[in-house]
Amino acid sequence: MINPFTHKYMNGREALGFAILAAIIFVLFPLVLEPFRLNLFGKYLTYAFVAVGLVLCWGVGGILSLGQGVFFGLGGYCMAMFLKLEASSPENTAIQSTPGIPDFMDWNQLTALPWWWEPFNSFAFTIFAVVAVPVVFAFVIGVAMFRRRVGGVYFAIITQAIAAILTILIIGQQGFTGGVNGITDLRTLHGWDIRTDEAKTTLYFVNGVLLFAVLFAAQFVRKSKLGRLLIAMRDQEDRVRFSGYDVANFKIFVFCLGAAFAAIGGAMFTLQVGFMSPSFVGIVPSIEMVIFAAVGGRLSILGAVYGTLLVNWAKTTFSESFPELWLLGLGALFIAVVMAFPNGLAGVWAEQVAPRLRKLWPGNAAAPENTPAE
Amino acid sequence: MLDYNNPNFVLMVEGLTVSFDGFKAVNDLSFYVEPNECRVIIGPNGAGKTTVLDLICGRTKATAGAVAFKGHDLLKMREDQIVHAGVGRKFQTPSVYEDLSVFANLELSYPKGHGVFGALFFRRDQAVRERIEEIAEMIFLKDHLAQKAAFLSHGQKQWLEIGMLLIQDPELLMLDEPVAGMSVAERKKTAELLNRIIADRSVIVIEHDMGFVEDIATRVTVLHQGKVLSEGSMDRVQNDPKVIEVYLGH
Repeated sequence: MINPFTHKYMNGREALGFAILAAIIFVLFPLVLEPFRLNLFGKYLTYAFVAVGLVLCWGVGGILSLGQGVFFGLGGYCMAMFLKLEASSPENTAIQSTPGIPDFMDWNQLTALPWWWEPFNSFAFTIFAVVAVPVVFAFVIGVAMFRRRVGGVYFAIITQAIAAILTILIIGQQGFTGGVNGITDLRTLHGWDIRTDEAKTTLYFVNGVLLFAVLFAAQFVRKSKLGRLLIAMRDQEDRVRFSGYDVANFKIFVFCLGAAFAAIGGAMFTLQVGFMSPSFVGIVPSIEMVIFAAVGGRLSILGAVYGTLLVNWAKTTFSESFPELWLLGLGALFIAVVMAFPNGLAGVWAEQVAPRLRKLWPGNAAAPENTPAE
Repeated sequence: MLDYNNPNFVLMVEGLTVSFDGFKAVNDLSFYVEPNECRVIIGPNGAGKTTVLDLICGRTKATAGAVAFKGHDLLKMREDQIVHAGVGRKFQTPSVYEDLSVFANLELSYPKGHGVFGALFFRRDQAVRERIEEIAEMIFLKDHLAQKAAFLSHGQKQWLEIGMLLIQDPELLMLDEPVAGMSVAERKKTAELLNRIIADRSVIVIEHDMGFVEDIATRVTVLHQGKVLSEGSMDRVQNDPKVIEVYLGH
């Protein structure tokens, strides 16, 4: 029997899962992948930040956001603004009519840097803004929605609308944002060229470490009383309210946390890929991110990482050979997951693979394990 | 004017009215609950019994009237604030957290760590564990603490929900049909449980089972079409011709 009185933030099996994922990300991939592919996997892993946030918001807390691209994008744009300013030194931009401002501003007849770009000259401010800007934005949305008890499908639709609005805004304000092309031609971080293979490999590892920091944070939340409250809210929101909790606060918190995770992923995306554009902000990428979490298993934070890697790897592989079929394939995959494997890869693992593995393990066969209740 | 601090009553409901698109589910209702009283509300279907509890605990907003509880104006408070003031509510259908263990169900109701960060850094210390075990014993679920609540029987879920209220130690407990859907044996056990837990608090119970009502009621309020039809001891109410006509008669 499970002893409900001991409470650990990570049991042996979960620790093993973390260790295996760490081995894959820090040892296996760098050993077998050439630098170009490694960078590609680094890019995939930036989406995993979003998927982990979605596991907490959607899988655990029941809050489906179809606008996580907004936070991914805001984090990415904050980073891109800093890098762009560094790349737009007066020497580099001497041929422009106004040297010292980003090239797209010059093309759009801007003659001075907008005031809200100024703080992004500071790297410390940028690091702060990468997380703070999306979190404040999520907080405002959260307060406006959850205090009014907007939830479920209405919330999903509104987040989707916000993703669409932000995309339109970015594209429309070309002079300030780089428009549909985004912020491109990013070169150095404090003089360190981020375009070289060595830099990309280093950034891959930085990304991996940050991803694990996020995974540990998610695990902590998941196993805290707040994690159990989220599950309780998903199933019986009224009961939680009448147990004396202000439900809206908890929703706002987890939504902001998901936004923070997504933002870190976005910033790492910009660093590794070298640009940021509205095509990572809008409706399609936001929905893709939900699919990553769904394929991985929306209740499993490690599953979200595997789901992200698998779907993106498939996307790259298939869209290289059959570009026009990929979107259909993605849709079919989503339907298949929803219909046949509602708990995604993690569910298949827990229900099909793990029990068989345990049978193979001598001495373990006699003890079929119950899924422990939280 | 209602004296919110009147020490003779735990709960005072005066002129309470709620109208849904013109239909008055509760219409100018007044009643007063004394300390340690067990008040049973009966009435035919649609009389507004559950709505009255919804109004008191903040689930439904009143159109007019006043509800005073220990100096608080409940109509101006949010659900969770009402709970913290000392009002506990059990729903008609057992609402427990099915995906969580019995232990976790009780733990979430433990009156500590109700803020976001309080919940994030909440520790299961000795006091929490002891209190949960004590309550579990009381609600006959001591051997089921590790079990998922989804696997409990209907009656056990009802007990669990009662336990979740007890752990909050409310001064006013409101129970909506606590024995509905229970077997005879379960019903007996529940009556015994309720008799024990109502001893040191005020309770409002909605119930249809007359045998059960007779067992626990201090006083009975009969509702009909959102209004008080009759009020008093079980004997008095049972012999009231108005009550016999609308409710007990058929």
